[in-house]
Amino acid sequence: VRRAAIALLVALLVLPGPATAFAATCPRTSLADLEDEVMCQVCGVPLGMANDTLQAKRERAFIKRLVAQCNTKDAIKTELVAQFGPSVLAEPPHHGFDATAYLVPAIMVTFGAAGIASIGLAWRRRGAQGSTASRGATPVLDPADRERVDAALERWEP
Amino acid sequence: LSTAPPQRGALRERSRFAVPAALGALALLALLAYGVVSIRDDRSLDSAVAAGKRRPAPRMSLPALGGAGNRSLDSYRGKVVVVNFWASWCPPCREEAPLLESWQRRLTARGGTVVGVDVLDVTGDALSFAKEIGITYPLVRDRDGSSAHDFGVGGYPETVVIDRRGRVAAIQRGPVDDRFYAEKVVPLLRERS
Repeated sequence: VRRAAIALLVALLVLPGPATAFAATCPRTSLADLEDEVMCQVCGVPLGMANDTLQAKRERAFIKRLVAQCNTKDAIKTELVAQFGPSVLAEPPHHGFDATAYLVPAIMVTFGAAGIASIGLAWRRRGAQGSTASRGATPVLDPADRERVDAALERWEP
Repeated sequence: LSTAPPQRGALRERSRFAVPAALGALALLALLAYGVVSIRDDRSLDSAVAAGKRRPAPRMSLPALGGAGNRSLDSYRGKVVVVNFWASWCPPCREEAPLLESWQRRLTARGGTVVGVDVLDVTGDALSFAKEIGITYPLVRDRDGSSAHDFGVGGYPETVVIDRRGRVAAIQRGPVDDRFYAEKVVPLLRERS
């Protein structure tokens, strides 16, 4: 009786664990979660944006099968790449002309930062020059103006 | 008061930013133009065939569908090869496949073959399709459609006929029929390599 009780206790403790865990983790992802991250290659748009074209339908059915088999999102993506090649992922390739999708934003950010920095420096320099001039630098007058000012000063007697 | 020096300075300051900005904009435009041109469909094979010229077929070496190893188009040199691009999810391909199978029986006796290129498809689905139709001709798998792209394939099914010297002799953008076989394939079977 004691052995049976222990066995029952062990069974109660051990058996529901994996079953509950399985129920909690399966399915691990969904079609909706993947649709924006993979392409319908025939349509040339992400699967989420593809209408009910034949390839899109087949791809969705394939993903649903993999989801039902309790695969993770990464495992499904790996399987999709194995079936359809890397271009099935909705991200530009890292080589060839498509690599510009990564390069151009990086170059733009670099140039933008350099532009902002140089505008800032120029603005600061101009500000410094302006304050020096207002602090006591003699304004430059051309000779004709200087003569007119001198004549006016001579005429002016308080 | 003299105002000339500050104006010149401001202009210099402005051009210091304007020139690199204009160059950057031009570079972006050039990149955009190149991108648009490079993704345009290549129809040069069609133009050559329409002009009666035979251009060498693009190179193609693909894994056998459901089997081991690669099959190359070069290995069929000396034969007339009917290259059919298909997918199991394409209904017209399903309708066309029995006809291609009947061609295969006629071609093998006369130094020719059909080669089926399964494009952008799930291997299991493609194998079920082949089993269901009873396809006996060689099948290869173009998983990402890159070889199909080299042949200018834009839809499914499409068929390209290659002569015994490895040159593109005929193209059908859409399903084939027996008239196509009689007019485009049979004359090639009479040619020597």
